[in-house]
Amino acid sequence: MTLAPVAHEDCLVIRDLTVAYGRKVVLKGVQADIRRGQVVGVVGPNGGGKSTLLKAILGMVPLVGGSVHLFGRPATQMRAHIAYVPQKEEVDWQFPVTVHDVVMMGRYPHSGWLRRNNGKDRRIADEVLARVDMLEYGGTQIGQLSGGQQQRVFIARALAQEADVLLLDEPMNGIDASTQDVILRVIEEQKDAGRIVILATHDLVSASCACDCLCCVNERMVSYGPLAETYTTENLAATYGGPLIMLGRAGVPEPVHTHHHGGEHAHHSHDHAGSERN
Amino acid sequence: MPIVDYLADPFQYDFMKRALVEVILMGAVTGAIGAFVVLRGLSFIGDALAHAIFPGVVIAFLLGQGIFFGALIFGILTSVMIGVLATNQRVKEDSAIGVLFAGTFALGIVLISSSKNFTRDLASFLFGNVLGVTTNDIMLSAIAGVIVIVLIIAFYRELLITSFDRGAAQAMGLPVLALDLLLLIMISLTIVVSLRAVGNILVVAMLVTPAATARLLTDRLPVMIALAAAIGVVSGIIGLYVSYYNDVAAGGTIVLSATAIFGLAWLFAPEHGYVMTHVIQRRLAGGIPETTILFESPEIQQPHES
Repeated sequence: MTLAPVAHEDCLVIRDLTVAYGRKVVLKGVQADIRRGQVVGVVGPNGGGKSTLLKAILGMVPLVGGSVHLFGRPATQMRAHIAYVPQKEEVDWQFPVTVHDVVMMGRYPHSGWLRRNNGKDRRIADEVLARVDMLEYGGTQIGQLSGGQQQRVFIARALAQEADVLLLDEPMNGIDASTQDVILRVIEEQKDAGRIVILATHDLVSASCACDCLCCVNERMVSYGPLAETYTTENLAATYGGPLIMLGRAGVPEPVHTHHHGGEHAHHSHDHAGSERN
Repeated sequence: MPIVDYLADPFQYDFMKRALVEVILMGAVTGAIGAFVVLRGLSFIGDALAHAIFPGVVIAFLLGQGIFFGALIFGILTSVMIGVLATNQRVKEDSAIGVLFAGTFALGIVLISSSKNFTRDLASFLFGNVLGVTTNDIMLSAIAGVIVIVLIIAFYRELLITSFDRGAAQAMGLPVLALDLLLLIMISLTIVVSLRAVGNILVVAMLVTPAATARLLTDRLPVMIALAAAIGVVSGIIGLYVSYYNDVAAGGTIVLSATAIFGLAWLFAPEHGYVMTHVIQRRLAGGIPETTILFESPEIQQPHES
């Protein structure tokens, strides 16, 4: 794959990205060109730098090397165009806000300092809540929701931002099957609308279903490329640093339950969520 | 004594009228900003700031200047220093706070010990002296209070987003560190408003207790802020009466009133109180077959991944 020059108008361009916490390098050598309408899965073992990569794209962690450009401009200047769904565990769900309040937070980049939300913002909040099947819960305090419903509220907040890039950090963790369907549907809609979706997940099956490209990381970028090149036994074994038994072959993700060879248990223990589908 | 006389009697004195205005201002402002103190878990920082502005108050007092600006300067200096000291990864933020607030408080003690009326002055700073407030004090409290309330309204959404979800706030490009500093400055201003009424040591109670009470009573932040302010005002007024009729320190009775209201809410809050969650719900649950409960839950959860 040839890498485009940095100022690429239609891409999210990541070059030689290196992140360190203190003196410890936690992620290095990330290179990627992500075009509009592409869905990229960031996969790798726990602690391998998946969340860190998303946070680096957002400029939330300091880069010690490399750069991230969106549509030809440094990503840190384009934050309003990047929507982020953090892991559910990172917020206090007892916080006294309703579902609607949380979704309205996504409208913030459109209004800015000292300005109030208007009728358009409220209408968009209702629209995106309907898209994740949560409209009827608008007035509910967020702590009353199930884990899956909470995840949908976070997704709705990101959609309300109407951003060009959607970053999802482990959206499939601890959710129910219907929420998983909603998330996959939203990813599909974003892709069709020509937006970029980047999905950090340890669930290889849902990554292979939803994504066009994989970015495999384990403290460094192991590989980046189309599913056909990266969703392979050799590559994933290299990423996870050990014997990993693959079920589907390159680019042809197959439902887990149709396979009954010896590796199924190993795979199951890795991702329960994907096995619920199909 | 008829109830009207009982309520009106204290306010035949001008010093009591001034005290009333002062505690109303203090109660409203501490309650409102307290909502953010409670939601962000800043009780310790609030306490630390109250102690850290002590030398500022003493220096201004010894120089014969208004204590207002002395307190404010030390409040802001401390807010910044906490952030600076904690940038050394060996010094955790709570350690930085502990070091600073004890150190600055000691500085205040040393300074005030040079005053001729050491004991009396110290006591009035530490425990408040609401019966001694002047019209000038009230004006300064009112100005500081209005500034804090206006800042809460102006930056409501910024404070809400950074308090609820710091990661998302950062991702949206909100200047979270600047907003943290703004909040600390607002807390410092609030502490200055409260010094006369409840003093240095007890101010943390007014920052935390009314807001913690409101938290038990509502699930909406705007309601919580308003309720906390109302509870702060009511605590101030009740405390003032108790102090007047029993001839005890007003700072203490105001805080005790707030504590009593918190106790009532903890026990009897309609949804989150002890009685409701432990006694009534258990009884209700006993009366309904389990299958019904399962059927009514919005969505049956998949087990969480380990």
